[in-house]
Amino acid sequence: MENLIDIMQLSTEEIDELVKTGCDIMEHPAEYAHKCDGKILATLFFEPSTRTRLSFESAMLSLGGQVLGFSSAASSSASKGESVADTIRVVSAYCDIIAMRHPKEGAPLVATQHSLVPVINAGDGGHNHPTQTLTDLITIHKEKGHFDNLTIGFCGDLKFGRTVHSLVAAMSRYTGVRFVFVSPEELKLPRYVKEQYVKSKNIPYTQSTCLEEVMPELDILYMTRVQKERFFNEEDYLRLKDSYILTPEKLENAKEDLRILHPLPRVNEISVAVDEDPRACYFKQAQNGRYIRMALIMKLLGIQ
Amino acid sequence: MIIDSIQNGIVIDHITAGKAMELYNILGLDKLDCTVAILKNVTSGKLGRKDIIKIDREMELDWDLIGYVDPTITVNIIHDGKLVEKRGLKLPERIRGVLKCKNPRCITSVEQELPQEFLLTDPAKRVYRCIYCETEAGK
Repeated sequence: MENLIDIMQLSTEEIDELVKTGCDIMEHPAEYAHKCDGKILATLFFEPSTRTRLSFESAMLSLGGQVLGFSSAASSSASKGESVADTIRVVSAYCDIIAMRHPKEGAPLVATQHSLVPVINAGDGGHNHPTQTLTDLITIHKEKGHFDNLTIGFCGDLKFGRTVHSLVAAMSRYTGVRFVFVSPEELKLPRYVKEQYVKSKNIPYTQSTCLEEVMPELDILYMTRVQKERFFNEEDYLRLKDSYILTPEKLENAKEDLRILHPLPRVNEISVAVDEDPRACYFKQAQNGRYIRMALIMKLLGIQ
Repeated sequence: MIIDSIQNGIVIDHITAGKAMELYNILGLDKLDCTVAILKNVTSGKLGRKDIIKIDREMELDWDLIGYVDPTITVNIIHDGKLVEKRGLKLPERIRGVLKCKNPRCITSVEQELPQEFLLTDPAKRVYRCIYCETEAGK
């Protein structure tokens, strides 16, 4: 039985296949409308996340399947103190596949040890969020046509931003890639991520605290939100939250074919004036998330 | 200083100087009722100074645990006064039930009956990471 806990479980060939299927679904949705007839997806969200949950549910419904689940720990038996293992033992008997979000890191891995059906990690605290990375990858591929030879800038919270870590890891496997990391000192990319996926693979990279300075080099700009829930201390959050805001002025020196991505939700790190710019891709990216999740559900259920 | 040689037992040799007590505690040797000798700061041609532990009894040892504490160690098994096995150690791939993850966001921080398990991710730097949250051991 296959699960998806960490994006690095997937080979580049498997990612290519998922991206190809996702793009095909976009082109021919009717051909996939009954692929999961009679199948049930359980969305177990121990932590609220409207868009990821709705994206999974939309994906399963678009495949002809059905959905059950809960959208916060308060409405599950976790509020009575039930362990992840016990919840999964029970719920996996009621469904064919599980998408699970949990505030504690590693909870989806525990789920795989007890589940009767495939488990998809829909985000575990600040750790992994592989379907967001798949969403990022299908968007990059759709916009650029390839993964190789791209200069990718990451801006904002690179320390706690799990989507950044996973995308760095996934992109580090392609040739000719270059990374540019833009963040305040306090929110720099963790050393272990840099060591494991950048330095050890001799991938050229630069670090900067100024977005305008590096803007002309970028093919992809991946913006992130400075998330309040990742801080233990409110003062630190308030001091850093407005550090890196993307405005039309900052885009003046950017390439014509730059593509701006963001995992959403946006707070104020991208000014709404940027939304009209043809280089802004973040809403298309959210839409792509549904198609790549459809491709993933089919793959884990063994449906061609 | 003279320490008697043993007839049937184990000599844990080439322990990095100063680490013998850590190994003694982690292996639970305090629970043994046989003679256990701890030699500290013994002159060594190979290491300069080393520690040695002699256990006057044959017993099963957790090789992974010893390898984790100090991979330079050599373990000698003595039977009828003769050396019957000499074993070099290496860093174990996995360590179960010894280290505890210190990440407050890890699932093991709330579900404490979960087995604590760490995986060797960087042998050169001896880095172990929690299998659940990937936090480095000791951090």
